[in-house]
Amino acid sequence: MTHEEIRELIHPYVDGELDVANGREIEQHLGGCDDCRRLEQRVRALRTALRKSLPSYSAPTTLRRSVRTALRREARPVHPFLSPWALFATGAACALLILAFAFFQSARASRSTLTDELVSNHIRSLLATHLVDVVSSDQHTVKPWFDGKIDFAPEVRDLSAAGFPLEGGRLDYLHGRTVVALVYRRNKHPINLFIEPAATRDHTDPAASTRRGYNLLHWTQDGMDYWAVSDLNTAELREFAALFTS
Amino acid sequence: MPHLDAAFSLARFLMRNENDARDVVQEAALRAFRFYESFRGENSRAWFLSIVRNASFTALKRQRADETNVEFDEELHSAGGLPVDPGKEIDRELDRQTVRAAIEQLPPEFREVIILRELEECSYKEIADIAGVPIGTVMSRLARARQHLHQILCESYEREK
Repeated sequence: MTHEEIRELIHPYVDGELDVANGREIEQHLGGCDDCRRLEQRVRALRTALRKSLPSYSAPTTLRRSVRTALRREARPVHPFLSPWALFATGAACALLILAFAFFQSARASRSTLTDELVSNHIRSLLATHLVDVVSSDQHTVKPWFDGKIDFAPEVRDLSAAGFPLEGGRLDYLHGRTVVALVYRRNKHPINLFIEPAATRDHTDPAASTRRGYNLLHWTQDGMDYWAVSDLNTAELREFAALFTS
Repeated sequence: MPHLDAAFSLARFLMRNENDARDVVQEAALRAFRFYESFRGENSRAWFLSIVRNASFTALKRQRADETNVEFDEELHSAGGLPVDPGKEIDRELDRQTVRAAIEQLPPEFREVIILRELEECSYKEIADIAGVPIGTVMSRLARARQHLHQILCESYEREK
């Protein structure tokens, strides 16, 4: 990179927006270029000064109140000539609407916290080197190990022939209850498969999502909820799910 | 009502007075409520801030039509930036009033990136989504906004001396 190109990247460098390779190149350049180093220090000094003295405003209470009132009015259009019955009906409709809105939001929120929790559990299991409680590639060892430790019997399948060897299993904790985590591996990528009894007996196909760079698949089969979490790509993770459910 | 503080702060800096900021946030909250169904992303804060931002700029444009204010020009405002005296540095604490006044002197497009980056700590990607511009534009705007701000702050030092 030329001096001019580097200079362009000083701001994203200070903001931590550059990838490692570019960041390293900037660092090397800064070591030998007074001009760029002065700019870097100036940006840092400005950021520090702003962090200390940039005043944020909080929403005035009266604004909070008037927004709330406006939203309530929005949810229930009032007409001066409405009969009490119509008023009652619109009131009920409005209550339903608010309930639906709240439910929708809380469902969205709980789903996202569950996903976060799954990814956190996955990361924790790798960090704490507490990947498995029972080390075995034999499904007939892993499955009985859970007996008496939990109130359901998880399906344990050996998929090593298809390139997903079983490494073992452990008990994990998810939204306040004990669940089963089976650990599989694809080459170097560990897969945590969390299993818990589902609320319904409906069958759902694997649905993919991504959180903090990890891929997740969620499906329901035979009254069990399955969550596969891994840094493996979605295609191979889907392959894993297909094998597991077949 | 989550994000209302962030929304008010952004609107307050963009509109530069409390009454306009209130109107803008009120309007944005209603719009967010009406269009909540169409929101599909994960980042509800960025989504709401983009509504606030758009409402603010619409209001500013309405005001501008009344005054003889210049339209923001990416090229004009970039033209090599301002010459910065190499001797001037921000080396002591600034008081809040000075900082607030300095930010208010910037064009709204610059105020926006400064507030989103330094106050709301948004990433370049989030700022790009909120302001509806490419990430490259965020990068160059932020660089120029900081340069302007630095210049203004240095000048206010000079005056205090």
